[in-house]
Amino acid sequence: MILEAIGAARAGHVGGDFSVADILTVLFLSVLRIDPTRPDWPERDRFILSKGHCAAALYAVLTVAGFLDRTELTSFMGRLSRLNGHPNRKIPGVEANTGPLGHGLPIAVGSAIAARLSREAWRSFVVLGDGELQEGSNWEAAMAAGHRELGSLTAIIDRNGLQQGARTEETNRLEPLADKWRAFGWEVAEADGHDVSALHAVLSAPPGRRPRCVIARTIKGRGASFMEDRVEWHHKVPSPEQIAQVLAELEAGA
Amino acid sequence: MSETFDCRQAFADELMRLAEADPRVVAVCNDSVGSSNLGAFQRAFPDRLINVGIAEQDMVGVAAGLALGGFVPFVSAASPFLTARALEQIKADIAYSRHHVVLCGQSPGMSYGELGPTHHSIEDLALMRAISGLDIIVPAGPRQTRAAMRWALGAGRPVFMRVARFKVPETTPAEAEFAPGHAVQLRDGSDVAILACGALVSRALAAADVLAERGVAARVLDMAWVRPLDEAAVLAAARECGRIVTAEEALDRGGLGGAVAELVVRHHPVPMRILGVPEFAPTGSAAFLLEHFGLSAEAIVRAALELVEHG
Repeated sequence: MILEAIGAARAGHVGGDFSVADILTVLFLSVLRIDPTRPDWPERDRFILSKGHCAAALYAVLTVAGFLDRTELTSFMGRLSRLNGHPNRKIPGVEANTGPLGHGLPIAVGSAIAARLSREAWRSFVVLGDGELQEGSNWEAAMAAGHRELGSLTAIIDRNGLQQGARTEETNRLEPLADKWRAFGWEVAEADGHDVSALHAVLSAPPGRRPRCVIARTIKGRGASFMEDRVEWHHKVPSPEQIAQVLAELEAGA
Repeated sequence: MSETFDCRQAFADELMRLAEADPRVVAVCNDSVGSSNLGAFQRAFPDRLINVGIAEQDMVGVAAGLALGGFVPFVSAASPFLTARALEQIKADIAYSRHHVVLCGQSPGMSYGELGPTHHSIEDLALMRAISGLDIIVPAGPRQTRAAMRWALGAGRPVFMRVARFKVPETTPAEAEFAPGHAVQLRDGSDVAILACGALVSRALAAADVLAERGVAARVLDMAWVRPLDEAAVLAAARECGRIVTAEEALDRGGLGGAVAELVVRHHPVPMRILGVPEFAPTGSAAFLLEHFGLSAEAIVRAALELVEHG
């Protein structure tokens, strides 16, 4: 479905879409307490895709989860389509208009505070790219969440190791990443970001006293042999032949 | 001179009243409990005062998240840091996301005086006007500050309002309606129109008195609503007075004067003078700086007379 959207638009961020797809799938199909018939249900879990450039993956998962109709997916980035290249709240299931990096975690901190003030049990989940952790606003929010012990908050890092132009560690080093989050007062779990059982186990664990950071080790371009872990596939658009090849590989691997 | 007021006390008192009446009201600030006069609020509603520390980007994002959770956050922070440091959050998280958040720019304009241009917020009106979907209110005194807050709580959409620190006399009649997008006409006249907001409203009235002594009848409009602008009142001023002076404690481009000029030039061009701050301020108190940049009754009189004599 991501390829349907990107293939139709001839634009998008396929590498990151593929690295985050399993995380989003597990969240929307087995973790989040949400109801596609009531996207504004006050007690729903709040989910924010901070790495908004991977909108195509979110739209595909929202389709699978029943928030969007599959026929709409090919309008991705089309003229006047609500399926903009970055998510926006016109789309049911989208909670924040993201795109500029480093915005999602502060919003999720706010929604976690809101749940505490309301004495309600809903939780807040946010998916961040690893590269975007270079934005300072994330660390303002990480500090606030740790200080407030926002146990209902879970941040998932799509740790594919690549950013737009190069590897994160060559550009502005993130490691030791788990230690950083622990130092900010978070509990940290690490998981294979493409192992749905492992992801489900860690994401559906009951909330603890502290906010939780899940570092999901992923592969950018996962599932497409010629894209995997290749920096140029951050936002390169596959040709129709390449799309056919990826679909065949995914079919064979399924 | 009549008694003068710091609008921050009116802000703090009104926020208490609103919070007592409406459980959705929360305050969000950046280590600004003292400068925003939120001490009493914090004692009354310790859970509903969310101080994120010195972290403006997080502060505005947190406000968006609180709105997502059903609260109406009043974000209270010094205007330069709120509007400039967190500009992208205001654009994306609040305005574009259409969250009902009230952004309260404390101590705006040059009210930090000697602390200098880093702490002045002459840019806030131009910055906020550049963002779509955000109402912009510059109250002239305590009465409008309270009215703006009451209105903002029911607005259902994002609002930016200034909360003045520089002391001003009350210029708003008790019976004046605070209707969105409506200017308040404080003085009628047809020789020249003076359109002012914030601290400049009382100075516009003083200027009108001087002009009246010289036989010039000035219309004075309190333009608390920079957006939506009262287009009917502005165009009526252009048609009926033929000359417009605008005055604001903000940059001389991109603010109230800019909004008025953009409207007038499209529909009924008339000679204008835009009084504002042209550059980073030198060292001096807020009162001194207003005089220094010609934001005084005398300077308004001069600008009006120039227009009357040459226009």
